[in-house]
Amino acid sequence: MTTRLERAGAADAAPGARPPFDPAAVRAQFPIFRTERPRPLAYLDSAATSQKPDAVIASMDRYYATCNANIHRGVYRIAEEATALYEDARQRVARFVNAASPREIVFTRNSTEAINLVAYAWGRANVKAGDALLLTEMEHHANLVPWQILAEEKGAQLRFIPVTPEGELDLSALPALLRDGRVKLAGVVHVSNVLGTVNPVTEIARAVHAAGGLLLVDASQSVPHLPVDVIGLAADFVAFTSHKMLGPTGIGALWGRRDLLEAMPPFLGGGEMIREVKLTRSKWNELPWKFEAGTMAIAEAVGFGAAVAYLEELGMEHVFAHDRALMREAMTRLSAIPGLRILGPGPEKRGGVVAFTLAGIHPHDIATALDAEGVCVRAGHHCAMPLHEKLGIPASARASFHCYSLPWELDALERGLARAREVFA
Amino acid sequence: MTGGMDDLFRENILDHYRNPRNRGALESPDITYEDANPLCGDQIRIEIQVQDDRIAQIRYSGHGCSISQAAASMLCERIEGRPLDEVKALGRQDVLDMIGIDLGPVRLKCALLALKTVKAGVYGMTQWPGDDEDDREGAGGR
Repeated sequence: MTTRLERAGAADAAPGARPPFDPAAVRAQFPIFRTERPRPLAYLDSAATSQKPDAVIASMDRYYATCNANIHRGVYRIAEEATALYEDARQRVARFVNAASPREIVFTRNSTEAINLVAYAWGRANVKAGDALLLTEMEHHANLVPWQILAEEKGAQLRFIPVTPEGELDLSALPALLRDGRVKLAGVVHVSNVLGTVNPVTEIARAVHAAGGLLLVDASQSVPHLPVDVIGLAADFVAFTSHKMLGPTGIGALWGRRDLLEAMPPFLGGGEMIREVKLTRSKWNELPWKFEAGTMAIAEAVGFGAAVAYLEELGMEHVFAHDRALMREAMTRLSAIPGLRILGPGPEKRGGVVAFTLAGIHPHDIATALDAEGVCVRAGHHCAMPLHEKLGIPASARASFHCYSLPWELDALERGLARAREVFA
Repeated sequence: MTGGMDDLFRENILDHYRNPRNRGALESPDITYEDANPLCGDQIRIEIQVQDDRIAQIRYSGHGCSISQAAASMLCERIEGRPLDEVKALGRQDVLDMIGIDLGPVRLKCALLALKTVKAGVYGMTQWPGDDEDDREGAGGR
């Protein structure tokens, strides 16, 4: 069997080897866009959650229809089939991010739970009073709040890499933040869900490692949109979630360096995560099951695996190029609108996310006006309140893209914004 | 269903948003209260002058989306001159009836901010002129 990995490797060497990326054909494989509605759906909120292709939905239906059974325990045939599907999904996810072994992939509910897993299991064993945790001012609440809880509990200090007015991390602050050697772990978002900034996480990893700390990367907006190689990143933990990468909700993953995961105590206790249980003590299971207590989201794992297979077929380099082409086009068109301010850096430093404000019009009103044109955008603080505070705005509107996004959706966005200006400005 | 653009046009929300009633401040208000919806940054401040247990005059200021600001305008228009007891009895349905459109949960918070602010101010008023800030804080009806 030719593995997907081999095909992906061949494509990396010669991108022309794969069939050309055809976004209209891709879109046709997403049932939500085939659903009859008064206006065609201009879905520009993929940074919140992506739509799901037929292949993903069918994989979960197939699992339920053919081999629904609990995994890892049943000795009958469909239980073995279900276990094989679940573990096959793990292998696919591991290959997709270039993990050294599937044992380094722990299934979680989402990125938030993956980060909490590290904060609870690694953090409680390794962070003590006087230690510091280094975050950035552009983190999603998912990569802020778990560390706030840990810091509060342990008497540890939180430090922040500042964001520049251009919406980039100010790495010139890094040496001073790391100098005293107290930073035990840095948590950095790979691609900002508001600014779209692609952060130089490898450079940060080098600096943090040199200062004796570890690096956790919140890859919620990167793994779904661009080729991510966890070994190449030089990170120690990487969190990502299925529902932003064409897969179902309810499942995500933590990649962690094997030696770190081996040394960590469990996160949640219960069934499956144990090797042996006495009434008063237990021995933990091996990786990755040590961290997977209770019956996991089996169908969702199967769907996650199917989503990864789908993205591999498309080729992540194609997905990223497509996102970025739409982002550039959106930035060109939006910056021509009077009173419109785009948040974040220029197109050369960002992924497929464009957040903006429109003078005199609240983002909620923008979103309502756009909804009337059948355009879905996010309005609010996008779970990054400290970043909005830093930018001096209560909220913003955000358009974001994925492999199925098409240029006509930008036409609808422009029409809706013109309408919003007529009505509210 | 959330209120769409057509609803906004059909109803008087835009009218109140563009031509707000009772917007401004009072010379020497008996009650002032300010509240915000941190999730979307809507902010409302109300100033009330009380006479004979009635709202003799009310003004609001603030910023935010059309629904939060129009709801404040409509509410002030409605309650100016009314007895405090009547204002205290107002509830979410009264605001929704004034606005006249269905709102999803997110925009509902925008719509109710003005009422929340007024009620917090008016309940605080029961202690007036003792002006017990702590009691007022606790009586916001969150």
